[in-house]
Amino acid sequence: MKVQGDPINLIICGIGGQGNILLSRIIGRILTRKGYKVNIGETFGAAQRGGAVFSSVRISKENNYGPLIPEGHGHVILSLEPLEALRSLCTFGNPEVITLTNTAPIYPVGVLSKRLEYPNPEKTKEAIRKLSKKSWFVNATQMAAELESPIAANMVMLGALIGIRTMPVTAEDAEAEVRRTFPTPRVDLNLEALHRGIEAVTQ
Amino acid sequence: MAEIDRYQPGTKHLLMGNEAIARGALEAGVQFAAGYPGTPSSEIIARLADAAKALNVHVEWSTNEKVASEGAAAAAFAGLRSLAAMKNAGLSVALDFLTHLSYTGLGKRGGAMVTVVCDDPEGHSSGDETDSRWLAKFASIPLLEASTVDEARDIMKWAFDVSEEFGCNVMFRGYTRLCHASSTVEMNDLPAFDREARSDTDRSINPYLAKPHHGALLEKLKEIKKRFESSPFNRYEGQEEPELLIICGGNGLLCASEAVEMLGLQDRVGILKVSALWPFPSSLVTAYLKKATKILVVEEVDPFIEGHVKEALADADLEGREVYGRQSGHIPDCGEITPDSAIRALAKIFGLAYRARGENYTHAVSEAADDLVISRGLTWCAGCPHRASFWALERAVKADGRDAFVTGDIGCYTLDVFPEGKEQINVLHAMGSGSGLAAGFGQLRRFRYTQPVIAICGDSTFYHASIPALINAVYNGSNIVQIVLDNAATAMTGFQSHPGTGFNAVGESAPRIDVEMLCRSLGCEVAVGDPFDVKGTIKTMRKLLKRENGVRVLILRRRCEIVRMRNEKVKPYKIEILEEKCKGEECSVCSSAFRCPALYQDPDTGKTRIKEEICSGCGVCVEICPFKAIKKEGRTS
Repeated sequence: MKVQGDPINLIICGIGGQGNILLSRIIGRILTRKGYKVNIGETFGAAQRGGAVFSSVRISKENNYGPLIPEGHGHVILSLEPLEALRSLCTFGNPEVITLTNTAPIYPVGVLSKRLEYPNPEKTKEAIRKLSKKSWFVNATQMAAELESPIAANMVMLGALIGIRTMPVTAEDAEAEVRRTFPTPRVDLNLEALHRGIEAVTQ
Repeated sequence: MAEIDRYQPGTKHLLMGNEAIARGALEAGVQFAAGYPGTPSSEIIARLADAAKALNVHVEWSTNEKVASEGAAAAAFAGLRSLAAMKNAGLSVALDFLTHLSYTGLGKRGGAMVTVVCDDPEGHSSGDETDSRWLAKFASIPLLEASTVDEARDIMKWAFDVSEEFGCNVMFRGYTRLCHASSTVEMNDLPAFDREARSDTDRSINPYLAKPHHGALLEKLKEIKKRFESSPFNRYEGQEEPELLIICGGNGLLCASEAVEMLGLQDRVGILKVSALWPFPSSLVTAYLKKATKILVVEEVDPFIEGHVKEALADADLEGREVYGRQSGHIPDCGEITPDSAIRALAKIFGLAYRARGENYTHAVSEAADDLVISRGLTWCAGCPHRASFWALERAVKADGRDAFVTGDIGCYTLDVFPEGKEQINVLHAMGSGSGLAAGFGQLRRFRYTQPVIAICGDSTFYHASIPALINAVYNGSNIVQIVLDNAATAMTGFQSHPGTGFNAVGESAPRIDVEMLCRSLGCEVAVGDPFDVKGTIKTMRKLLKRENGVRVLILRRRCEIVRMRNEKVKPYKIEILEEKCKGEECSVCSSAFRCPALYQDPDTGKTRIKEEICSGCGVCVEICPFKAIKKEGRTS
């Protein structure tokens, strides 16, 4: 299910500390190497402090697009957390959007303080399905935890993104970039996470 | 992280705007760079620091933006190329020096200086969205602004050339959607730049007498204006005689271009991008104003270009022109520019209907938003010493019972004022203002002010701007408690070093300025505590509050958890919930009151559980649990 058109607007969202900024950088570097014009917008002033973190990745063969995606013009939403998937869909979703969601919730501090209630997981999933042309759900956090590294959920999700074949990124591209990005002792773990992500959506 | 000094000429890399700004400075041969951290500017100095040793550049985190600017100017006076970097709030700190610097110029040694000021339209990470362009004009500093990451690198290089040619400080204005955007940049050469620093001692550089210096400055600005009129970075694209002339600054260009494309208006508009911005190139702009009767200005945040356009129209006696923008209401009068704000402005001007999505989808979105989407507030990290400090403060203030008034400051502890903080801070403004305000409140006794006054600041803020306020409090006999939350990092902006960390921007060991000794030398009563000793901290706070006389300082010392974990890589304690003692939902003090993000109640059992991947093993929850239901076991991996 290749996304057609130019530019391609990819949204990567999650919570500070999940490694989503790194994920957007890895995808951006891969596409830069492949000759695409890439512009990534990031909102990460409070990245480490519980807030929602959001990257928009604009990918074009022709033009230099700005870092911000117009409302309703997302093509693919990759979310490291289900509530954040829904939040991004509300702003950037449209009947053609493809959504890839890590199903492991991270409760906002307002839920811990009992000021807010975390949305029902099934209803959230249903809403994501309803607002997407196609939606995939992967428990990337659990899969990464099985590798004893929950932080590697971002690489599981990168694998899943490659597996659903929407973006001009191959497993080989990602492997090479993982090798360049991580220190040697972390490379194998992240490659394993990547491959588990690919398998999770292709089996 | 990009290694901006190692990229070879001709290769293409994904650079963050701030990295492109730093690379541009290196390509221009910068030899001295100084700044104070502040979002969205911090990565400029950080990346230059990474390159400092290889390229023999002096890079420093200065104690504040004024000192940074003065250091950079010194290097320029001595004939080098220098850079000062700061966020918009920092420009106000540096402005006293920079206004005088405009009067003197950079001397005759052929040096150059660029001041990079990064604004935060929309206030994503700031308490304001102040537009620094006014201050460039106010201080008579030539002003440049880039619209793309790639161009930021090129304009930085040009900024140094302009500075050197005219012997003046030049301002490069960044903004969040440039500084924190990442885009493809092709590298240019890094020159072998090795100027010798030397000062002329035969003439003094000073602004006295003011009036002749002002006159000379105005003459110089006229020359710079001529250069800006023909700047290669001011560009026009589009129709020869457009129905609508769009004039863009900064982020406005890509937003407006995309809006034009989406609405299919390419054949009806022309876009003039102005990057060499002030002195305003009015002749160039007027030439385009003559060709159109409708003009839309897309810029952020204030109507800066818009005002200059109206002035240019008046000066050229051009009548019958309509100018749209922030002042006309076509673009909201505050906040950042987005593609959508540009689309809405264009749709209104051309009378086009635009809907981002169909009715059914929009309806489904509002249903989901109303029923399911909740906010995600900011909070301190698990293991953050500030959570424990504010927990203690809340209890000490309550036990004191005299309605203590708390003045806050700028740093991670600012999160206290957000809905999920402890909401102890009553007043919050600029760097160091907590201490200055407290010094004032502490003088109000004679007006029957009976509340104790507590100022809170962090370590980096203490060095930056709290010290003069504290000296003022001591000197004038103010009655306050100053709490310094010393977490050994400039944490909020990315854990940068400061005079108390014992190392400098390039990672070399540096003298450690001791807050405790400094405060003692001022004559303050000083106590030092560990915020993780919650009971001890409450006791000390209460004791200092009762003193009622002079300036009492409490230093709460505990390293930022993120910095600690990066260095030590192990949790100090293994935390365990004793389920038989845990009252779960009935109590929930650990999650609902203490609000540690690593603790939550299991939906099935109602008992507290630990998120191991988030828990830092600090063990503070053991102290705050009213039922002794949390246990810690020392030093595991």
